[in-house]
Amino acid sequence: MEHHLVLRVIARILIPMIMLFALYVQFHGDYGPGGGFQAGVIFAASFILYGLIYGVDRLRDVIHPGLLRSLAAFGVLLYAGVGVAGMLNGSEFLNYNVLATDPVAGQHLGILLIEAGVGITVASTMVILFYAFARP
Amino acid sequence: MTVTVINIILLCLLVLAALAINQQRNLFAATMLTGIYSLICASLFVCLDAVDVAFTEAAVGAGIATILFLGTLALTGFEEKTKVKVSLPGLFVVLVTGGLLMYGIQDIPLFGDANTPVQTYLAGKYIEDSASEIGVPNLVTSVLASYRGYDTFGETTVIFTAGIGVLMLLGRGNKNKKGLLDEDRS
Repeated sequence: MEHHLVLRVIARILIPMIMLFALYVQFHGDYGPGGGFQAGVIFAASFILYGLIYGVDRLRDVIHPGLLRSLAAFGVLLYAGVGVAGMLNGSEFLNYNVLATDPVAGQHLGILLIEAGVGITVASTMVILFYAFARP
Repeated sequence: MTVTVINIILLCLLVLAALAINQQRNLFAATMLTGIYSLICASLFVCLDAVDVAFTEAAVGAGIATILFLGTLALTGFEEKTKVKVSLPGLFVVLVTGGLLMYGIQDIPLFGDANTPVQTYLAGKYIEDSASEIGVPNLVTSVLASYRGYDTFGETTVIFTAGIGVLMLLGRGNKNKKGLLDEDRS
């Protein structure tokens, strides 16, 4: 990729901005369009862009496939864990009302956590897919 | 009125893109056209005030899916194996399925009909109660994450399962030496 200077420079500028935008979409999902799924895909897009420009090998050095597999499982577990936490606090599975003293605050906390779970799983699964399909 | 005109133009572009994909023998061009198709879909969703869905369509359909297609093409080849033979049973199945779908359209409620079960049963409750029960300004988030938390949990599990499936089918990936853009497409 030595000769694609424009691509490399633009990617270097864009990647941090894409990541920042993904975080904005993740945490602003309660107020505007967006949420865990979209944020996860955008976050994964920044890694995929890095992989496309600098090569999959260097992307593997940045984020290890084994770590991605653990993260994908962790996101689902976080989501399920929030549900179980609702049960342990004496309510139904995925009822966020009991997560805090105030039901609305509990809802906010629950939504924040499950959206984080969705984002982590989606982002890591997308990069896993990219690793699987990337040309050997 | 303006929105109607935009909708008609976008739907025409959608049909044109679909026809172009069908005609295209170069798979690289076809992949780019599917990305354009997704982008037009996303614009349509924006016109329908479904910005969350448009967001997803633009990110997944036009972005990630196109990249995955390109990755697959790099593994398999960029030219479709030309096949001119028309399969008569296949044509029959397509015509019958298409006819049944057109027949089924008659029972679908009209666009924007306020009296469908979707509009009258639960949607009103969500709109009225979301502000006091959930307290999140984006109604889509409150429905998706709280009222329909089970569904979203299922979707997350589906994505996780899809990732596992790809890992099992394609292995854990080989030790790659180059990026996608590195190889010459001669």
